[in-house]
Amino acid sequence: MHVLFEPGFFSSGPVHVALAVGGVSALVCAVVGVFTVMRGQSFAGHALSDVATTGGSGAFYFGASPLVGFLSAGVMGAGAMELIGVERLRGRDVATGVVLGFATGLSALFLYLDSTKSAVTGVSQQVLFGSIFSLDPSTIPLVSALSALTLLVVVVIYRPLLLSSVSPDLAAARGVRVRLVGLLFMLSLAVAVGLSSIAIGSILSTALLIGPAATALRVTKNLRAAMALAASWGVLATWLGVMCAYDSYYWLRPNPGLPVSFFIVGLIFVGYLGAGLPARRRPSSTASSLQLESASA
Amino acid sequence: MNDAQIPVLDVEHVSVSFGSRAVLDDVSFSVRRGEFTGLIGSNGVGKTTLLRAILGLQRLDRGTIRVLGAPRAARSAAIGYVPQKVVLDPDVPLRARDFVALGLDAQRWGLARRTSQQRARVEEIMGSVDALRFADSRIGSLSGGEQQRVLIAHALVSEPALLVLDEPLANLDPKSVQEIVTLLHRVSSERDVAIVLSAHEMNALLPVMDRIVYLTNGRAASGTTDEVVRSDVLSALYGQHVDVLKLHGRVLVVTEPGQDEPGISQHSNLTVD
Repeated sequence: MHVLFEPGFFSSGPVHVALAVGGVSALVCAVVGVFTVMRGQSFAGHALSDVATTGGSGAFYFGASPLVGFLSAGVMGAGAMELIGVERLRGRDVATGVVLGFATGLSALFLYLDSTKSAVTGVSQQVLFGSIFSLDPSTIPLVSALSALTLLVVVVIYRPLLLSSVSPDLAAARGVRVRLVGLLFMLSLAVAVGLSSIAIGSILSTALLIGPAATALRVTKNLRAAMALAASWGVLATWLGVMCAYDSYYWLRPNPGLPVSFFIVGLIFVGYLGAGLPARRRPSSTASSLQLESASA
Repeated sequence: MNDAQIPVLDVEHVSVSFGSRAVLDDVSFSVRRGEFTGLIGSNGVGKTTLLRAILGLQRLDRGTIRVLGAPRAARSAAIGYVPQKVVLDPDVPLRARDFVALGLDAQRWGLARRTSQQRARVEEIMGSVDALRFADSRIGSLSGGEQQRVLIAHALVSEPALLVLDEPLANLDPKSVQEIVTLLHRVSSERDVAIVLSAHEMNALLPVMDRIVYLTNGRAASGTTDEVVRSDVLSALYGQHVDVLKLHGRVLVVTEPGQDEPGISQHSNLTVD
């Protein structure tokens, strides 16, 4: 056991908080992430992570909790993107880009102000790349409540969201309020990005959102199976990352340990590559149509 | 008047304009139960706008549209819809049968719990459009003709009285066109579903159409093929002389040179067939 878990892993308070917050965040990210990948909104997820950076760095400047900053900026960004990107599908990309540029500029400003205001070093490091071991245990109830709410929203809009992801036209013709469903999903996405930012930092948050989802979608053709797989893998990768980071403190003594975010993102990346390998060897999924063609030839 | 006599679809004096451009100008026609109606016209004459109006997705400047006698203010499950050019991503994690099942109740909130009765309905409808052999494949991995069958099953599974299809034959090879037309004709009579299908080319539909709505410059002529596809009727519609040629059971609409609007698609028949 000592090979895997260095002394004190299970009794450490910060580890408990990290496992709880990381696990819950990974779960929400995976479920929201599957829809994000399906809807081709990975870029929106990335943009929201930049907006969250603004919120996180701003919150630090005003003395608020980074989680509050990540979330409020993300939710406002999601609303703005949905409002500007009206009607046309192409318009959405442009709107996202406009919001993004401005948000990144604000982040630069806040991070500069943060570094001049306080003597605390590593604000940029904390906001951008996460600091899951330094979270206050009091964040756990808020994180859990937000996660439950977000999962509930996804469950409620599941069917209309699914159909409007496949074809907005079809959904609208059936009476689905496509824009309302789209807005609710964007808000869920913003919360997922906020939670991910707490876990692994705002800049890296897309990794937890997109990575496990994309990996699962490579493996299974069933939506619910994809969600279950993405959630399991996301949570596992997060916990393994926390463990590796904790252990690295002992591996590298007397040097400091390595950041959690690096391990989590690294594991997710390796998982994604690994899931691609069997897909290459599998017979192509167009086999049935090929048979048809040869039958008609 | 009993139920059977109420038109499934009643389009009365419908006008729609985008800005100053009149897209539909006083269009009227009606469709009875189980009828197969072809909405024929070249690209850009307002076919999609008319279909969207029928679906309740397009506001009318004037006129009314009734579905089963009820005003089309609220969208209902009475219409099944197959949109034009649905791009199905190969990576969408939906099997064909999952997608068809979404046709039952996708507008409802919450997760779906499928009853065995619903699963049987999905199975039955997929069988009737000959889609069972690829029911467990991802929809995005299917060929164009296969996807068309799945979309039709999705539209039919809620047992609508009217099935609206926007250019379902575009981008299909001639063999698939023939198969889909035959399939729709069979489904329409077996299930007593009225069909309104838009197309820029009428020849593949001639054997099955009960009614044609010929659309050009926003105006429409409707009736049986013999009533509408005539030189005098189409000349009045186009506002210029139009010849209608019938060759080997096929119809060719020829306008004066320079008036390329209806000419292009019809011309291609000459070379293809």
